[in-house]
Amino acid sequence: MKILVCISRTPDTTSKISFVDQNTKFNSDGVQWIINPYDEWYALVRAIELKEKDPSTIIHLINVGSIDNEAIIRKALALGGDEAIRINTNNDDAYFISHQIATIAKDGYDLILTGKETIDHNGSSIGGMIAEILDSNFISLATKLDIENNQAIVTRESEGGEEKIAAPLPLVISCQKGMAEARIPNMRGIMAARTKPLKVSEASNTECLTTINAFDLPPAKAGVKLIPADTPELLVKLLREEAKAI
Amino acid sequence: MSVIIITEQSENKIKKQSLESISYGVAIAKQLNLDAFALVMGATDENLSYLGNYGVKKIIHQKNIGAANSDNKVATKLISEICTQHQAQIIIFSNSLFGKAVAPRLSVKLKAGLVSGAIKLPETGNSFSVKRSVFSGKAFADVKISSPIKIITLNANAFETMKSSDANAEIVESNIEVPAGTINIIETKKNEGTVSLTDAETVVSGGRGLKGPENWGMIEELAKALGAATACSRPVADSNWRPHHEHVGQTGVAISPNLYIAVGISGAIQHLAGVNRSKTIVVINNDPEAPFFKAADYGIVGDAFQVMPKIIEAVKNLG
Ligand SMILES: Cc1cc2nc3c(=O)[nH]c(=O)nc-3n(C[C@H](O)[C@H](O)[C@H](O)COP(=O)(O)OP(=O)(O)OC[C@H]3O[C@@H](n4cnc5c(N)ncnc54)[C@H](O)[C@@H]3O)c2cc1C
Repeated sequence: MKILVCISRTPDTTSKISFVDQNTKFNSDGVQWIINPYDEWYALVRAIELKEKDPSTIIHLINVGSIDNEAIIRKALALGGDEAIRINTNNDDAYFISHQIATIAKDGYDLILTGKETIDHNGSSIGGMIAEILDSNFISLATKLDIENNQAIVTRESEGGEEKIAAPLPLVISCQKGMAEARIPNMRGIMAARTKPLKVSEASNTECLTTINAFDLPPAKAGVKLIPADTPELLVKLLREEAKAI
Repeated sequence: MSVIIITEQSENKIKKQSLESISYGVAIAKQLNLDAFALVMGATDENLSYLGNYGVKKIIHQKNIGAANSDNKVATKLISEICTQHQAQIIIFSNSLFGKAVAPRLSVKLKAGLVSGAIKLPETGNSFSVKRSVFSGKAFADVKISSPIKIITLNANAFETMKSSDANAEIVESNIEVPAGTINIIETKKNEGTVSLTDAETVVSGGRGLKGPENWGMIEELAKALGAATACSRPVADSNWRPHHEHVGQTGVAISPNLYIAVGISGAIQHLAGVNRSKTIVVINNDPEAPFFKAADYGIVGDAFQVMPKIIEAVKNLG
């Protein structure tokens, strides 16, 4: 079994979000970078668990990004995984990124795992795009994954519930909560990660279909209207008459 | 050339979120002087011509959809054929489970730039750009699509449904052959609770301030009185006080209801990331310093156990 885990670098969840260069660029001043939590906690850790069950499993990590991303790639390797590939380019377009990943993913992987979405772009589109490029099945928002008799048994979120499905390999899956429990890399992992291969390849020529013109921040809230605790019925009145929310 | 809105049904009726997408697609069609068509997939209990009221000119009704509901590869093939047949220039999905699974595939198949999670009508002057929510609701990005065909998925509750005429839409039967899928559903499970969290207009949510699962009666009662869904903070789900599918926030479900009522939740940045797109936020917390008050529209500084019964009573008296 060969698994490819797609990992993205995102600002830490507590980062203050602001922009520079006339609001065209994220202000990364003082920002701490992490592995996108969905990629790390769910996709990568589940891949590691599958390898623990079947040690012949091979896990490769892939990241599309600049050399700045190597710190989080090493951290991912410290958690587990045999080697990493970085495609050396900086781009925000999902169509472009998916094609970069697909050039690697087409080489005999049984499972391609992504997180549900990144916490900066929130696009939730890379997994589906890779699947279409490879003409394989895509299971989105999966909460459980096992391999039995050479097929994947996956539970995914469905409208108001969940579905357990069986799908042949190869398969692209986007992973969310339920898949696995977050782990912390141990000393042995960190040492081992230093010598694991991190291959760099240049981007292939693909068009971009979208570009970000500018960012902006939501207007500041007008401020909270406080209602005295001894007259909560006033809240209900305001919600009906002023906010027209009920 | 047309704008095609991909609708979804629940129990053989067009979903409310799809009516929002239809209203949005019709508004774009007007902006660009195109016709708006709606695609309805599968059997229906409705007389679809009423969608004309929302400004749709034609309904493309593809009754036979085979496995398209559960297999996004099949769905993509079907939708792409229909879009090509009807010369779609712009394709609208809801940013729903179905939209999230199919729109990216369709983007590749039609080489059509995708903007997911749109919150506004596009700007259609010299170029075509759409505003979407990014950084988990903490910012917006204006994204330009440069390909001839464009795909947008629309966030729930971001655009109001609009009836613009009393015209009936023409219904055109479509009979495209649907290929077989290779995904087998072994088991399906429905969540308890009547209102689904992502579709809900109102959500009542509880945090660790409620002390334990035995105290969720008041959350459920208020939700019931408001026709709302119930939600919770992450530690509440992690302690198994509530089921995991109720966990909202950065690492749980992201929601954007009209009204979000948070009871005994501190308002950590990761919690806010999943709920800050709600239109009106109410916070009930006994700590005046709780960060959530900064993100709230209305607040009560008080003990939830004292306050909630009175709120429930007042809601019940609304009639
Ligand atoms: C990477 C990462 C991701 C995360 N993702 C999420 C996420 O998706 N969703 C999420 O919710 N959290 C998430 N968290 C956790 C988050 O940081 C907070 O720890 C969590 O939201 C706190 O939950 P809480 O507000 O229920 O509990 P607490 O922070 O313990 O707050 C309880 C609140 O209840 C109030 N209270 C106590 N008694 C009463 C009373 N009698 N009446 C009224 N109020 C009372 C207290 O004043 C307090 O404000 C994440 C954390 C990290 C590091």
